[in-house]
Amino acid sequence: MSDLKALSEAVIKGDINAATTETQKALDSGNNAQEILDEGLITAMDEVGARFSRGLLFVPQMLRSAKTMQECMKVLEPFFQEGDVTSKGKVIIGTVKGDLHDIGKNLVSMMMEGAGFSMVDLGVDVSPERFVQKVQETKPDIVAMSALLSTTMPSMRMTMDALKQAGVRSKIKVMIGGAPVTDKYAQEIGADCYAPDAGSAVTKAKEILGVS
Amino acid sequence: MIIVGEKINTSRKSIAEAVEQRDANYIVKIAREQAEAGAHYIDVNAGTFLEQETECLCWLVETVQSALDLPLCLDSPNPHALAEAMKCHKGEPIINSISLEAERLQSLLPVVTSQPCQVVALCMAEMSMPTTVEDRVQVGGELINRLTAAGIPLEKIYIDPLVQPVSVDTRMGIATLGAIERIMNDFPGVNTICGLSNISFGLPARRLINRNFLSLCLSRGLSAVILDPTDKELMATLLTVEMILNRDEYCENFITAYQTGRISDRQ
Repeated sequence: MSDLKALSEAVIKGDINAATTETQKALDSGNNAQEILDEGLITAMDEVGARFSRGLLFVPQMLRSAKTMQECMKVLEPFFQEGDVTSKGKVIIGTVKGDLHDIGKNLVSMMMEGAGFSMVDLGVDVSPERFVQKVQETKPDIVAMSALLSTTMPSMRMTMDALKQAGVRSKIKVMIGGAPVTDKYAQEIGADCYAPDAGSAVTKAKEILGVS
Repeated sequence: MIIVGEKINTSRKSIAEAVEQRDANYIVKIAREQAEAGAHYIDVNAGTFLEQETECLCWLVETVQSALDLPLCLDSPNPHALAEAMKCHKGEPIINSISLEAERLQSLLPVVTSQPCQVVALCMAEMSMPTTVEDRVQVGGELINRLTAAGIPLEKIYIDPLVQPVSVDTRMGIATLGAIERIMNDFPGVNTICGLSNISFGLPARRLINRNFLSLCLSRGLSAVILDPTDKELMATLLTVEMILNRDEYCENFITAYQTGRISDRQ
């Protein structure tokens, strides 16, 4: 069994070589894959998210850490059995109808994946009907919506209405975000929470699902 | 160089409050500061007011023009808000903006041809944001064709190649710069315009990035820009680079700015 601290530090730094070497070393010394994922990788990404939210590190560094984690996952994958990986929850994410902006949405999706959520990314310009259809198909824990334009924010409300009408609203939590979106707007349309950035999206998602 | 002052935007808290309370004095003050700092157009954007956008935008137009004899840049993706704001606007506004998204184009073409105006056209088509130079030139060219076919002269069209953050993809800066150069070369007479601050999203020291990006855009032929003209360092960059690029005869603007204390190189 080896200490996973060096691995975490390499992921935080975004040093792909060091991180994949540490991952292999951890496997060789008898740690199981789930342990390495939880204590080496996810812990590191939690720290990255927290530092990002506090303005201590920046988008390129966050992307680099996420990329590093993905490379480590490639090393770990053969060691996971089917159904082995425990997910923090399933999340459907998309930019709402009429809106083509995906940068913020992608950052959130990436950080949530890094934190151990399983993500279903519906892309941009996602209609209320498509959100509903995907909720029915994949039975997620959370629906996450993004809008960068004040003119497309009403699509969030329309999606909320569509979820209610389809009778699935009570089965899911809804979180929203994007430059013009506010906490107040989240309350107005009855979403469960608003997240101002990719780091807080992870914290908020854990809060509303009551997982750590 | 055409300068559009960006500060009257309700995504800024102080502006939102002033619009909420119909505080005309504050709005006029912000407009005047920008005009005095060199803005040729004052941008007005009330997008965050959602259902009340049209009403708020018209109020902003009337408020600013009641005090200043300047044309405005009417900033909204909402055709109804733009049509109404245009009706209360005196002179020839810039309509900001149209794009190649079918619904937006169809609903805005009749608006921008209803009375004399200038038009910002975003290099954005259905389904996706542009990533490469080629994407931008292709969408920009198509927009120019559609707008000129509708009777809008080339000189009144401002192509916005869209600026995306280098923090997310370090090739984004050169994609915009390349597009500016190609569009200015391929369509002589057309204008290019962009906002600057997207370039620095996700990075620290953003003003430093924005002003250096401005000088690079200018060197590729950018002919209009949306910025905060009260940002002294940014305006100093603009004046200096314009002079170096042979767009300031006898260095007059630069020297005047120096003599009136607007620029200096003291540490």
